[in-house]
Amino acid sequence: MDFEFTKEQEALREEFDEFFRKEMKHAPKEWAEGGLEAMYHTDEGFAFHDQMKKKLGKKGWLSRAWPKEYGGQDAPLIEQLIFNEVHAFHRAPGVDNFGVGMFAPTLMVGGTEEQKKRLLPPIARGEVQYCQGWSEPDAGSDLANLSTQAVREGDYYIVNGQKTWTTGGHRADHMFLLARTDPNSTRSRGLSIFNVKMDLPGIEVRPILYMDKGHITNDVYFKDVKIHASELVGKENEGWELTRQTMNFERSGVAGFVEGKRTIAELIDYAKAHKRNGKKISEDPVTRQKIAKLFIGLEVGQTLAYRINWEQQKGGLIFAASAASESKVFGSELSQQVANVSTEVLGMYGQLENSKWAPMDGKAATHYQFCVAANIFAGSSEVQRNLIAWVGLGLPRTK
Amino acid sequence: MNLDFTKEQDMLRKSVAEFLAKECPFETVKELEESEEGYNKKQWKKMAELGWMELYFPEEYGGMGDPIMNVMIIMEEMGKKAFPSPYFSTVVQCGLVLLEGGSEDQKKSLLPKIAGGKLLMSLAQYEEDASYEQAGINMPAEPAGDHYVLNGTKMFALDANVADKLIVAARVKDSGVTLFLVDAKAPGITTTKMPTIGMDNTCEIIFKNVKVPKEDVVGGPGKGWEILQKMFPKAVILKCAEMVGGCRETVDMTADYAKKRIQYGKPIGSFQAIQHYMANMLLGYDTSSNYLYKVCWMVQEGMDVSKEIHALKAHVNEQYKYITERGVQIHGGVGTTREFNMGLFYRRAKAYEYVLGDTQYHYEKLADALNM
Ligand SMILES: Cc1cc2nc3c(=O)[nH]c(=O)nc-3n(C[C@H](O)[C@H](O)[C@H](O)COP(=O)(O)OP(=O)(O)OC[C@H]3O[C@@H](n4cnc5c(N)ncnc54)[C@H](O)[C@@H]3O)c2cc1C
Repeated sequence: MDFEFTKEQEALREEFDEFFRKEMKHAPKEWAEGGLEAMYHTDEGFAFHDQMKKKLGKKGWLSRAWPKEYGGQDAPLIEQLIFNEVHAFHRAPGVDNFGVGMFAPTLMVGGTEEQKKRLLPPIARGEVQYCQGWSEPDAGSDLANLSTQAVREGDYYIVNGQKTWTTGGHRADHMFLLARTDPNSTRSRGLSIFNVKMDLPGIEVRPILYMDKGHITNDVYFKDVKIHASELVGKENEGWELTRQTMNFERSGVAGFVEGKRTIAELIDYAKAHKRNGKKISEDPVTRQKIAKLFIGLEVGQTLAYRINWEQQKGGLIFAASAASESKVFGSELSQQVANVSTEVLGMYGQLENSKWAPMDGKAATHYQFCVAANIFAGSSEVQRNLIAWVGLGLPRTK
Repeated sequence: MNLDFTKEQDMLRKSVAEFLAKECPFETVKELEESEEGYNKKQWKKMAELGWMELYFPEEYGGMGDPIMNVMIIMEEMGKKAFPSPYFSTVVQCGLVLLEGGSEDQKKSLLPKIAGGKLLMSLAQYEEDASYEQAGINMPAEPAGDHYVLNGTKMFALDANVADKLIVAARVKDSGVTLFLVDAKAPGITTTKMPTIGMDNTCEIIFKNVKVPKEDVVGGPGKGWEILQKMFPKAVILKCAEMVGGCRETVDMTADYAKKRIQYGKPIGSFQAIQHYMANMLLGYDTSSNYLYKVCWMVQEGMDVSKEIHALKAHVNEQYKYITERGVQIHGGVGTTREFNMGLFYRRAKAYEYVLGDTQYHYEKLADALNM
């Protein structure tokens, strides 16, 4: 066994690092408080993401792990992990996870040649922005309960229904949509995937504001929206299977652990530079133990992430599936602990939103509010634990 | 033993609940949060007319001499509605400071005004190192003839942006911590509201050569900390009451949602994972509320609460955070939104943790009280 990176991999890390070090100097002030809000809430934040995306596209970094035939470099998944680590450390934008991470692999597995040629290159070049049209008011954890209809009429599908929680729906030019094409079907049968242009007539995007009034997610309404049949991805009525197959992207969850380490490094700097009650905060034993405990979580989590990446490369998808759920739930709950401890170490300053008084650009208060969402989206902690018990341990499934 | 509230107390609770339900639904709470003033003057006037502010003050200062438990009931109900107002800063903190340490003149002139809803006040205690301790109060008050001169910065002062008068804790050389009654609009004072997770009126106050006449000292030079300490247990109890009210509302709101929200063909409340969270939440509420009532009773009876007060705030801090965090989780996506009301409580739990001492502070003080 050998946990070391090769020289080439280290050189690659250095190359990524140098790029982001330089680029992040141009981050607008809106970027400072971090999180999805920095990316989607303000025009400045989104413009920064958009420009970075194009730069990454030019370098070919968005599609490194893709097969050569679709414009990628067939890079091993470990290189993707390295990229994800550096990207997360710099809290950099530029990666549209919906396009690069989710829809592109879906296309590679299930798209027609025509679709791959037409849709993959713009994603690789960072020219498009996707959003994910899965959740509905009555289909959250229970996604298969979705009811948005896509009814075939001639060369078109006519879509009616409502999607919700669509992250960045107000910024995206495309959506990958999961809708019911067989009106007589129930549950996971009869669903299909579509590539949808967001400017089609009949699509209406309305903001959902986060508890701190940040605009990240949206309701998206479809009223008699005509989608050309050539935008159906994969076989009609078999969208569920395809959705579940798109696992060949890096899903170790390494990014969260790396960003967590960055945050506690900043917290340690703060604790060393500030006094409370005449004593450096970093000398306070309780604070020391809290931060030490976080560090342990981040260390073991990152190591688990390496294992997932490794198994995924070897094709151990069953292990990877359960362990990816472990990493997700461990990672988001640990990130929540990081947020909690940040607000505690900063004392009364922990309540301040980004302003001249707020240490660390108000990241503590922002993170405290946003971390709870990460336990809910992309499969809630409860759903993940169910999966770990069922897939990882073979315990009986409950209905 | 009798662990029931009196009939009058039940009626008081009901009337407060009805008033707030009518006057300040959650939509209004959100509007107030987004307003510069952070409270509604008309509501404030009506509250005064209902007698909420004079309740606890002795009759000679225009009050009704009610026990503190009645104020606790009011605060609990305010907590359930996430009601924003300067009640805690004005009536509780400053009212108690004046009661405990004010001169007859000060009490006679100020308490009836508070009782009548005509005077808003803010306590300016904390400074830039964000310490809850006496040693954290270092802003100098220099004697100069018949007055003192204040220079420095106060942080995290609640409702200073709307206050008419401040009670400022500063240090007089050779005497120690001293409280000053200061006109909030006096020359040399700059007050700025800071953006906080609680979306409340948390302020920075900068003092530049602010002159305060000697007769506006509260309780005498060097008496400041002692007075603050007298205010402290009662104020902690009342803040905890507000937090416990928030716990109750969150538990109810969440149980209600868990019964109604259907996923996988059944109410999410039928999943055992959710039931266990909810059981913990109820436990968190029940331990908090009962302990609150006990400590409040002890204070009312004049008993020593030097351990209990720290145990109470630490416990309620942690339970309010836990309950609201699980509340968001059980609500799923809707729990994170501005439109739904869960977030109001989640944000307040964090904001209120900082009021009168965070958990770590109270653990430490409790360890002291346990003679460690
Ligand atoms: C900030 C944010 C961004 C999002 N972005 C997107 C997006 O871009 N696109 C998209 O399609 N969706 C998105 N989502 C939606 C997200 O995927 C859903 O919120 C999630 O699937 C949960 O669904 P729900 O909110 O309806 O909660 P529910 O499914 O109603 O769950 C409520 C609670 O019940 C629990 N629960 C449900 N089923 C079980 C069970 N079987 N056992 C135990 N507990 C259970 C849940 O874990 C949760 O605690 C986003 C959500 C958020 C908050």
